[in-house]
Amino acid sequence: MELLLSFIIGFMVIAAVIAIKARDLLSAIIAQGFVGYGLVICFLLLRAPDLAIVQIVVETMTLVIMVAIVLDSSREELQIRFDARQAFTMVSALIFMFLFILFFRQATASLSPFGEASLRMSEAYIYGAYEQTGSLNLVTGILFDFRGYDTLGEATVLFTAVMGVLTIIRLRGKK
Amino acid sequence: MQGLSIIVKKVAQIMSALIFIYGAYIITHGHLTPGGGFAGGALVAGAFMLLILSFGARFLALKREKEGSSFIESLAVLLVLCLATGGLFVGSLTFFHNYLPLGQAGHLVSAGLIPLYNIFIGIEVAAALLSIFLVLIIYKEEISL
Repeated sequence: MELLLSFIIGFMVIAAVIAIKARDLLSAIIAQGFVGYGLVICFLLLRAPDLAIVQIVVETMTLVIMVAIVLDSSREELQIRFDARQAFTMVSALIFMFLFILFFRQATASLSPFGEASLRMSEAYIYGAYEQTGSLNLVTGILFDFRGYDTLGEATVLFTAVMGVLTIIRLRGKK
Repeated sequence: MQGLSIIVKKVAQIMSALIFIYGAYIITHGHLTPGGGFAGGALVAGAFMLLILSFGARFLALKREKEGSSFIESLAVLLVLCLATGGLFVGSLTFFHNYLPLGQAGHLVSAGLIPLYNIFIGIEVAAALLSIFLVLIIYKEEISL
């Protein structure tokens, strides 16, 4: 798993460098989307599902908003011409759609039926929480031990929010 | 910013001490009773906000206090990360590994690293909320100058 994680993180680093160096804004945003969705896969592999759900929602929202802004501000640059490059893009998009549907069918086949959620995770929490964490308050035991990554992520969200407020207010105050 | 009347000041002094102690209790007993770092940190920040609102403060003092709370916030996050990274060197060699002895259940010093995480997260939340509050007040003062 470490190998897979290092591979994904290396991929994210490359995408981040591309996002900084890209010539036009749209490719920079798409490269940045690679970073965000790579982070989602990392969270899933590290067993922080709550954080992965939050990250996937926020990433999708910000990506859609930023793509909308870029398309709105630079519409003239994106005139569609039908040439060999365009045909290659469309064919590869069709192939990826086909692959996506194929994998989606395989993934849904292994899910538990609707209405009967899988209990693997909760059983481990219910029957092993006290022995493993030694905390009488099971909520805290789960938050700071089993879901340590989630708690770290939440603290980081607060930290980032404060940084954002400090930056914006400082800019406004100096004017 | 002007302070309020002496009645408000005295009541705020007594209440903020009580609120601060209650917040510290919630944070340190996070592994035994309901609550924890996030809830207790908000209470501790509330105690400071009550004092600032009732007494008022000079512009420069507010700025100094904001520098301090911002620094403490960053330090607390860094300490949480250091504690979590410590798990990489002891025992099962995983991030966020609880490597201190679990102790006897129900005692204040038990559950390994969880109380320490709670305390640092509590400090981080309190300092974060306080610095947001201070920044907003400073901004208002700057505009009115």
